[in-house]
Amino acid sequence: MNDQRPVVVIILILLVGLVLLTKLFSIQVLDDSFMKRAERNAIQRVVDHPYRGLIYDRNGKLLVYNNPIFDLMVVPKEFHVEDTARFLNLFGITKEHLIEKYTAAKKYSSVKPSPLIKQISTTDFAKMQDFLIDYPGLFIMTRSVRSYPEPIAAHALGYIGEINARQLERDSAHYYSQGDYVGLSGMERFYEDDLRGEKGVKYKMVNVRGIDKGPFKDGEYDTASVAGINLTSTIDRELQLYGEFLMQGKTGSVVAIEPKSGEILAMISAPFYDPNDLTGSEFGKTYTQLNKDPQKPLFNRPIMAMYPPGSIFKIVQSLIGLQDGILTPETTFACNKSLVACHNHPSPVNLFGAIRNSCNPYYHQAFRKMINREVSSNTFKDTEIGLNDWRDKVLKFGLGSRLGIDIVGEKGGDVPSSRLYDKFYGEGRWKYSTIYSLSIGQGELQVTPVQMANLAAIFANKGYYYTPHLIKSVDGDPSQIPAQYRVKNEVGVDAHHFDMVQDAMAEALYGTAARAIIKDLVIAGKTGTAQNPHGEDHSVFVAFAPKDDPKIAIAVYVENAGWGGRAAASTASLMIEKYIKGDITRPELQDYVLAGNFIY
Amino acid sequence: MRGSTDVQISRVDWLVVVIYFALVFIGWFNIYAAVYDSQAPQSMFDMSINSGQQLVRIGISVVLIILIMVADYRFFENLSLYIYMLFILILIATPFIGKEVNGQVLSIGIGSLRIQPGEFAKLATALALAKVMERPTFDMTKTNDQLKAFGILFLPVALILLQPDTGTAMVYFSMFLMFYREGFPQKYYILGIGFIALSLLSLGIENNLYLAIGIIAIMVILILMGKKTWQRIVAFSLIGLGMIAYSYSIDFVVSKLPEHQQNRIMVLFNPNIDPLGVGWNVTQSKIAIGSGGLMGKGYLEGTQTKFDFVPEQHTDFIFCTLGEEFGWTGSLVVIGLFVTLLIRLVIMAERQKNRFSRIYGYCVISILLFHFMINIAMTIGLFPVVGIPLPFFSYGGSSLWAFTILLFIFVKLDSSRSQQLGRIS
Repeated sequence: MNDQRPVVVIILILLVGLVLLTKLFSIQVLDDSFMKRAERNAIQRVVDHPYRGLIYDRNGKLLVYNNPIFDLMVVPKEFHVEDTARFLNLFGITKEHLIEKYTAAKKYSSVKPSPLIKQISTTDFAKMQDFLIDYPGLFIMTRSVRSYPEPIAAHALGYIGEINARQLERDSAHYYSQGDYVGLSGMERFYEDDLRGEKGVKYKMVNVRGIDKGPFKDGEYDTASVAGINLTSTIDRELQLYGEFLMQGKTGSVVAIEPKSGEILAMISAPFYDPNDLTGSEFGKTYTQLNKDPQKPLFNRPIMAMYPPGSIFKIVQSLIGLQDGILTPETTFACNKSLVACHNHPSPVNLFGAIRNSCNPYYHQAFRKMINREVSSNTFKDTEIGLNDWRDKVLKFGLGSRLGIDIVGEKGGDVPSSRLYDKFYGEGRWKYSTIYSLSIGQGELQVTPVQMANLAAIFANKGYYYTPHLIKSVDGDPSQIPAQYRVKNEVGVDAHHFDMVQDAMAEALYGTAARAIIKDLVIAGKTGTAQNPHGEDHSVFVAFAPKDDPKIAIAVYVENAGWGGRAAASTASLMIEKYIKGDITRPELQDYVLAGNFIY
Repeated sequence: MRGSTDVQISRVDWLVVVIYFALVFIGWFNIYAAVYDSQAPQSMFDMSINSGQQLVRIGISVVLIILIMVADYRFFENLSLYIYMLFILILIATPFIGKEVNGQVLSIGIGSLRIQPGEFAKLATALALAKVMERPTFDMTKTNDQLKAFGILFLPVALILLQPDTGTAMVYFSMFLMFYREGFPQKYYILGIGFIALSLLSLGIENNLYLAIGIIAIMVILILMGKKTWQRIVAFSLIGLGMIAYSYSIDFVVSKLPEHQQNRIMVLFNPNIDPLGVGWNVTQSKIAIGSGGLMGKGYLEGTQTKFDFVPEQHTDFIFCTLGEEFGWTGSLVVIGLFVTLLIRLVIMAERQKNRFSRIYGYCVISILLFHFMINIAMTIGLFPVVGIPLPFFSYGGSSLWAFTILLFIFVKLDSSRSQQLGRIS
């Protein structure tokens, strides 16, 4: 009677199976959005941050390292203590502390970790590790911050901080992500690619409450992080430390270079700050504070401050004159104070005497001969050609453009060309009398302290320099440093011309900077005074020593400290003694520098 | 007696037995997977976890199967009404002696040995229906006989609704499939399907005005197509008005339902209503199954089911583990097994010589089909979440034993069909 009905039942069964399988096919095979949602649900991508490379000084002493900070974290839901008294005793906290932190943690989340004890020392951490397993829901979280054994060389080393939006945008390789730390200044920034290492990624599984359930697929897709490369800096920790000791309370720069290699032994920018202040969670606050400071402690003076070179530039003038054959050691000029002011000294003087006495009228007259060589009958044209030829020679001394030191933000200084005067006075409307200030290192000339130290290195090397740099070796290998720091730059002046100049610089000390003289250590130096329209002149001194086998070339700037023979020469002399002899034999000179009363 | 048992064993439908054990063991493997913790793996046989306990229940099921197979086939028919009455009494007593969980009193027993009478009452009802309907004069087209059948069916439903366990109560309505085979008029099914379709449309369509316009349009077409007697016009107009009134009233009725039932219905139409609340189960269950892909993530490699994203992962949502770890291929195998089993049961029911066996067979088909369909449909968001287990698969003693007894009584009846008198009308 109901013959067709069993067939209907079978069709119904088949239909149910078909509908279910069709729907399953659509969500399992056709629609892959569920797979992505499942991954978002249960798989967490955890970036394994590598250890940043360390930075050592030239003698293998540590300058920057990573300091692990241990925080004891608690997951309230899993945390369980039987014997509270024993727990408090083991972890060295009070009951109130436990209750307060536990309550706060529970309020935040019962399944996510919150700190129970912050910043545990390494020794306490070692102790805790043994009995940590007895307490479920507790674990140690390790962070690391940059640390400095001595609070020195802040400007040279630089600091790291969270990557900003612009840097993220420029990161075409997409290595960085929001919140990553990158070098923002100094060596930390320049050698970011070496120091940062390689990030690793771990995929871990979490359950519905966010609790870790172990690695995804036994870590098949995980990559280990690779620690950053350790760098050795050219900085001499002891010299840097001593330099900052001398420069405390002052404003200015000290740059010391090893002449034969261009390695920067010390680079001090005063006032300085403790690099430890710009690490960790306080970065933002401290940075704002330092940035607002009217003394500008963040301003890296050795590479960013520009001053007229003053008298020290006379040595460059002498060398160019000698090379061009316009000057000889015997060339003599009278100290004609009607041309330009000078102090009292025997007159007339030859070139040696001019350097020794820093005679302004001598260089006024000598420079005229260098500029106006009568290559054109038009005196304006003649001056223009002369100036530009002269400028090309000056640029070879590493002036007028960035040296290319391994810190970002270096200024180039300025050596004016005819274009500057054309712009200012009009073409053909200026001549030697317009630009004579250049002869004595004044006028439109601008030089940074590091360029000045480089000049001292050129004088020491008799005609060549290696671009000053802070990197000595990468991962212990000196050949890995950037190629540009292994290129010898010739300044285009023959070595024999330097002999007389060096002698005159050594002699000059007896006249202008007697304080700088050290027994059985011949220093060749030159004082300078950078005129300051806003107050007292800046005290400047460049030197190298020992004269016959130079180990150190140095430039010292002390702002508003007057004459170069006092503050700058004394500081430079102490630095040279410290570096070459290792200790200080003239405590009274050190006291004089520390006292800081240079205007009298 | 021994001789006759040997004869019966050879007549056992082994295909059904093989599919049964295949489903039970696939289920058992999935129960282990559902609770597997890769950080602290435990043996599948560990008695402290679900899979170990389920293995014991499977062992007890085997004992139950042996007992059924050696029993006299007449035993079930003769005792069917007494079994039914016993379970009615137990259902009445359950709210008083049972254990309350989440406001529901589902289980009775002493200590750890607990059973859910609701699961076994299905079996008792199936036996009672078969017994009452086997009479040669019984006719499902006659009102008198219809009422008898409905009485037996709805008595346990009423009692189960008191517990309250809506899901289990719904299962009893599956018996209308058996009624269909036994001659309950087709028009009621058309009406019922129409009623359900109208309900779903009313709930699914935001603005009931569109539905009302649609109904009017259909009625006008129907009137124009047939004879335009005034009786027909009045009848169709009244039916149309009734449908429109119903569509407006159902929203009101739903709003009077308990909130958790309301939500379960509304989530069906829009699982994104409240993905972290009501929609959570369905959303997470779909993510788990959907992330399985074609081949699945591999056994014990599932993340969604293991890490508690899917609730009830080893009981009502056990299909998620299968879907996630074995993908569509696994779904195909299991659904294929169920479909094969059900069709095989239809063929077996049709070859029965007496009416009792056939009706009982169709009861088994109805119950299994309903559980299979609703359970999987709810995990993939085709049906509201109702707490009913996947037969042979889900963790739990009562449901496994009840389905085992249900199925194997029919296997027993089938194996002894040659000894039975042909009373098929």
